Amino acid sequence: MSAGGSLDTFPKLLRRNALQFADHAAIRHKDLGIWQTWTWAQVLDIVRAYAIGLQRLGLKQGDTIAIVGANRPKLYWTVMAAQTLRAIPVPVYSDAVADELSYVLGHADVAFVAAQDQEQVDKVLSVLDRVPHLQKIVYDETRGLRDYDHGLLMKIDDVIADGRAAIAASSALAAELDALIDSGEGSDTSIILYTSGTTGTSKGVMLSAKGCIDAATDTATFDKLTEKDVALAYLPLAWVGDHYLNYAQGLAAGFCMACPEGPETVEQDLREIGPTFYFAPPRVFETMLTRLMIRMEDAAAFKRRMFHYFLKVARKHGEAILTGKPVPLSGRLLYAIGRVLVYEPLKNVLGLSRVRVAYTAGEAIGPDLFVFYRSIGLNLKQLYGQTEAFLYVTCQPDGEIFADTVGPPAPNVQIRIAESGEVQFKSPGMFVQYFKDHAKTVEAMTSDGYVKTGDAGFFDEKTGHLKIIDRAKDVGRLKDGTMFAPKYLENRLKFFPNIKEAVTFGDQRDFACAMINIDLTAVGNWAERNNIAYGSYQDLAAHPLVYDMVARDISEMNRSLVQEKVMAGAQVRRFLILHKELDADDGELTRTQKVRRGFVAERYAALLAAFYSGASEADISTEVTFEDGRKGRMSARLKIADLPTTHVPADLEKAA
Amino acid sequence: MRSPEVNDVMLRVERVSLAFGGVKALTDVSFDIRKGEIRAIIGPNGAGKTSMLNVINGFYHPNRGSITFKGKSRPRMRPYEAARGGIARTFQNVALFKGMSALDNIMAGRTLKMRYGLLWQALRVGPARTEEIEHRQRVEEIIDFLEIEAIRKVPVARLPYGLQKRVELGRALAMEPDLLLLDEPMAGMNLEEKEDMSRFIVEVNDYYGTTIALIEHDMAVVMDLSNRVVVLDHGVKIADGTPDEVKTNQAVIDAYLGVAH
Repeated sequence: MSAGGSLDTFPKLLRRNALQFADHAAIRHKDLGIWQTWTWAQVLDIVRAYAIGLQRLGLKQGDTIAIVGANRPKLYWTVMAAQTLRAIPVPVYSDAVADELSYVLGHADVAFVAAQDQEQVDKVLSVLDRVPHLQKIVYDETRGLRDYDHGLLMKIDDVIADGRAAIAASSALAAELDALIDSGEGSDTSIILYTSGTTGTSKGVMLSAKGCIDAATDTATFDKLTEKDVALAYLPLAWVGDHYLNYAQGLAAGFCMACPEGPETVEQDLREIGPTFYFAPPRVFETMLTRLMIRMEDAAAFKRRMFHYFLKVARKHGEAILTGKPVPLSGRLLYAIGRVLVYEPLKNVLGLSRVRVAYTAGEAIGPDLFVFYRSIGLNLKQLYGQTEAFLYVTCQPDGEIFADTVGPPAPNVQIRIAESGEVQFKSPGMFVQYFKDHAKTVEAMTSDGYVKTGDAGFFDEKTGHLKIIDRAKDVGRLKDGTMFAPKYLENRLKFFPNIKEAVTFGDQRDFACAMINIDLTAVGNWAERNNIAYGSYQDLAAHPLVYDMVARDISEMNRSLVQEKVMAGAQVRRFLILHKELDADDGELTRTQKVRRGFVAERYAALLAAFYSGASEADISTEVTFEDGRKGRMSARLKIADLPTTHVPADLEKAA
Repeated sequence: MRSPEVNDVMLRVERVSLAFGGVKALTDVSFDIRKGEIRAIIGPNGAGKTSMLNVINGFYHPNRGSITFKGKSRPRMRPYEAARGGIARTFQNVALFKGMSALDNIMAGRTLKMRYGLLWQALRVGPARTEEIEHRQRVEEIIDFLEIEAIRKVPVARLPYGLQKRVELGRALAMEPDLLLLDEPMAGMNLEEKEDMSRFIVEVNDYYGTTIALIEHDMAVVMDLSNRVVVLDHGVKIADGTPDEVKTNQAVIDAYLGVAH
């Protein structure tokens, strides 16, 4: 990368991009139905004015500014403007309820808040007493805020306009700002990202500017990302993934990030933008496939047959063709026809036609799911990472892709497996410390400077790639000593289209059990086609035919477990379908939609007890939290179903 | 109850009677709607509420009485004249173009604002094109306002009922009306949809300053939203006043509980 001076902070990178890629699109946003574009030169101009505006409001070096909202250009500019002033941006999950919000705002001791709209402003105002040093809330969308007290509030547009006027009035100001940018150091805290709190309260992960840029530059080079690429910025602003993949890599490589119109339009916007770099958690790929399959069920018989035939072709040759391995001529020809008739139209419908590199991470992806996307020619890869590493720990290089590994170490990352089986790493982007939490920082590091991931894993002998089994502390044993890896079972269960979420239990117990959430889209569609009436999720979940269907799925998994010696003893013997969907608002999932197993076990202790008492029914009453924070109670009597376990070859058990 | 500053009378109904053959739909009804207020018309089934709306927007012609809208009194008027005069409405049972997208339906609401004729518009050239872009801009603002970006291009027949109602409101708003008539805007909605719709009604009133007359059965909604309420029963006005006054009115309680007349 060519540069004058060292590019060790994001404001310096922005300045470089404005010179080097002046007329290239830096950011897009669909507003009032039209994609608006800002070039790098324009973004620099805006960010400078914005920074001056914030400075005039009192934001200074070392202050923290919280950012609450969806992926909006003005919120990204807030990050840039704050970094320009050497202040520290602290993005917060926009769907956090007021309580969670107040924790982060209070802990980070924010001086400013940038909020997207009335909803977020209201939340901040409601916890004002816990944020004593708050000076100003700046906001993006005026709607509904007209009659608010504007002593504390200010519109971002006005801040920018004020900054612009100030620059116009005083020529010294621009020079001062440049000097401030020049004085920025690589060791500056670039951002504080709060972890989603899979394991208790969230921690503020402090990342240094140089660490962020080194890591992002490495992976941008690794995947050959350039200023010609486009990414859709739709991931939560507060998540390390968005900050890394879109913001940091975007600035490092100079590519354009496109902000969707709203959270509900992401799918359409994806099609319109046609990104070349794409990241989605396995869940999204899963939903896409489920929806696709449902639509194919409704297609004409001829199309359906064609679809299934060419999928078979793809499964046979797709991976080899994608990685450039030899394929017989007939296979190549068939695949070429399939590409015209099925694969390309399919990718087009999903908005993935132009994708050059796609990643998935966050959870294990079902092997069939992974293979499906690769076989139709999408270069989908896996990475393994965490906030403390500023994302990347491992990632799969082109041509070395396996469904069950997460790849070799990312560039310049060192990994070792501790005695206990825990994965530990050192990486360019690794965090400096947890904000105001020295004890936790010490706990997370080894004495020789490696970061403990808390995940159990091993290097695959054949490929040399890392394999992750589960959270190290979650891997347990049944009473008879059989290994019980809950995540492993849950991931396999979740791969059935009817099952949206599964929570398994078995550590220190006689056998394994599962609580299931059905997928309302898939099962609802099935119910519609079979004339089964239902009024709600609860209705459908309790339907005997649905129980039968889920029982068949779990039995199928049990049968396949027989082939894996270590796991064969951990077959699921009993299950139930929960009366409500697990929800982050109730604390059952993290904000990144991961199950909090311990919490679920506590909350549904009555059900857990019933599993092992042999009861065929159990009563449960739980408190639910609505989006606006109100609470209600939900009670149900749930059926517990038994499953036969398999000791014989699979075919004999078909009747299950 | 909400109370912005309202004073000027926008529409006055004076001694209006309407009969279909021997059936008296409305008898001697008088009330007014003030500029900027939300006015509710309530009453038991068959009280003549929808007939009243139909009289106001010129769909029915009263046998007797007069209607004064924006200072002009008229015995009869056609619906399109009412529309041109700034009265828009939605219907009890959604009346959208089912095969058209949400966007096109709302665009249809702009018809009266188009200056260029059918031919110009079909050709989409010159000034007609510029005009269409202007209108699209206004429509997009409404789509943004009603938060229906995600269904912009979806044919309305495929939308759930609650969203269809929202599109219908959008089409009425596209006319930039002075007076908006809503016929049971929340009928058949679940609680969440009702809350959304209430929010939109208040915001329309607030943000665009549109005067609103609405018929609604959900009393909680009526009492929350409206500045004043008129109560009809068997075609006769039995009460008129603030929600609190109406709530305690004996005639109203009797009408709803079904005491013999």
